[in-house]
Amino acid sequence: MVPALRLVAVSKRFPGARTDAVADLSLDMPEGTVTALVGPSGCGKTTTLRMINRLVEPTSGSIDLFGTDIRQLDVHELRRRTGYVIQQAGLFPHRTVAANIATVPQLLGWDKQRVRERVDQLVGLVGLDPELLGRYPAELSGGQQQRVGVARALAADPPLLLMDEPYSAVDPIVRAHLQDELLDLQRRVRKTIVLVTHDIDEALKLADQIAVLNIGGVLEQFATPDELLRAPASPFVEQFLGRERALRRLALQPVGTGPIGPVPEVVEGLPTVTTGAPLREALDAIVAWGVEQVVVVGDDGSPVGGLDLLTITERIGNAPSRRDTA
Amino acid sequence: MSGALAQFGQYVTDHHHWDGPRGIPHRTVEHLRLSVTAMVAAAAVALPLGAWLGHVRRGGVVVQWLVNIGRAVPSLAILAILFPLSLRYGFGLGFWPTVPALVVLAIPPMFANAYAGVRGVDPATVEAARGMGLRPAQVLSRVEVPTALPLILTGVRVATLQVIATATLSAYVGFNGLGSFINEGFRQQDDAKLLTGAVAVATVALTVDALFVLLVRRATPWRMASARPSRKGTT
Ligand SMILES: Nc1ncnc2c1ncn2[C@@H]1O[C@H](COP(=O)(O)OP(=O)(O)OP(=O)(O)O)[C@@H](O)[C@H]1O
Ligand SMILES: [Mg+2]
Repeated sequence: MVPALRLVAVSKRFPGARTDAVADLSLDMPEGTVTALVGPSGCGKTTTLRMINRLVEPTSGSIDLFGTDIRQLDVHELRRRTGYVIQQAGLFPHRTVAANIATVPQLLGWDKQRVRERVDQLVGLVGLDPELLGRYPAELSGGQQQRVGVARALAADPPLLLMDEPYSAVDPIVRAHLQDELLDLQRRVRKTIVLVTHDIDEALKLADQIAVLNIGGVLEQFATPDELLRAPASPFVEQFLGRERALRRLALQPVGTGPIGPVPEVVEGLPTVTTGAPLREALDAIVAWGVEQVVVVGDDGSPVGGLDLLTITERIGNAPSRRDTA
Repeated sequence: MSGALAQFGQYVTDHHHWDGPRGIPHRTVEHLRLSVTAMVAAAAVALPLGAWLGHVRRGGVVVQWLVNIGRAVPSLAILAILFPLSLRYGFGLGFWPTVPALVVLAIPPMFANAYAGVRGVDPATVEAARGMGLRPAQVLSRVEVPTALPLILTGVRVATLQVIATATLSAYVGFNGLGSFINEGFRQQDDAKLLTGAVAVATVALTVDALFVLLVRRATPWRMASARPSRKGTT
């Protein structure tokens, strides 16, 4: 199947620069997935994103959107069909929240009724209080501004959404909230999302696949979060991921998505975890209760299996490197 | 001083001074006609140019240079140069020789503020606008200019006040505006007349300024928003 977005050997060197900002980058992003671009400051994450909506033109290589080279599209058309969310939200200070959200539909010439209905719909989608629609951006908190930014980007229902560190300017509690909302939103609208972040935990939480970039825009590894944690391709990736990779892999894997043992003979006095909970919760319960295994229960609370330490260990396989998890 | 004030009181309450082409109303209207003409011409040059240079984010040094030159040129000198030329080429006395002098006066503050206003728009706002597919002209007209409007209007306001005050010079080249009270009062050593001119100019200037404040408030309701932080939410 043709990926929603395909980067083929894309390089960018800014005029006057002695090194590439992005070097020979090839990535396939399947439709409906979240791809995170992570890496240290200056590694070309933003530049990569801006090449996708042609705010920056690559020096070489090509970018295909649903099989069409984006250079063949009208640049303004391309941008109107691509949602763009940036760190500082970039809301228009002189327009109300409703007018901000309506920007692209208005550019596309939708009639008033349709725009209004869409705005109401989006407010629900991003979890915004409808009361805020008449306010100006200066009257909103950072988190609310970010939600408006996302609503505005989604307004014309673009298949592709580009997000550049959308949550790095809000405090951790609000950030976690917004991340959960994005996951929830993604379950409902299934966009192809490219997310730039330098927060590896955000990438692990939100992304289906992660591209780790190094300075000079060199791709170090492109893999699923689990794969990345299990087998970092280079010391750079390993260091970037940080410690406790096994525990973080457990946090990514729900109990119900892999093999579990039989229901224990005696379930009395054993802790329970649901099939939707991450494996890490099962491990936590085993350690906290000082027991051999936990009872896995379904949504209705009835036991469906058991999990012991060995099963959990097998579930995440043998990490090739045990240096920093020991 | 109290004598002068009493004379002034007598002067302005005399209905003869409110009638005919030499009366206060007629000269006020003429004064405004001259000021408005100069302001429109100056704005037509200064605002688009300043906004456009701010949009392309270029020419900072040149802008500063032009503005400084414009500010340094004495209006009276321009008037003195243009007056004979105007006569020779048939533009006559009064109105036309004064307009360019006022235009040169009005351009720097409007130009400088339009430039600074547009150039100073938050880059994130412009980035978002471009990223959403607004064309360059749309970015300028729908985002940069409205966002820069408070500063742009401040420039217009400053220029207007300077023009209204300086338009009094037109009396030296025979224009029948409020400056004529000052000119005649000075020559005839009539303090009441002189004071009438000064007070009338000040009144016009203050009135126009007050109208501007109202206009700015109506044109930029969103500016009030930042002054109401209590409405901010928490998430
Ligand atoms: N418009 C530009 N002109 C010249 N150089 C640029 C431009 N934009 C980015 N660069 C350079 O390209 C490199 C990559 O920048 P980029 O903004 O893509 O990094 P980033 O990964 O997004 O970093 P950060 O995490 O700090 O946002 C940097 O060296 C930067 O200085
Ligand atoms: Mg960046």
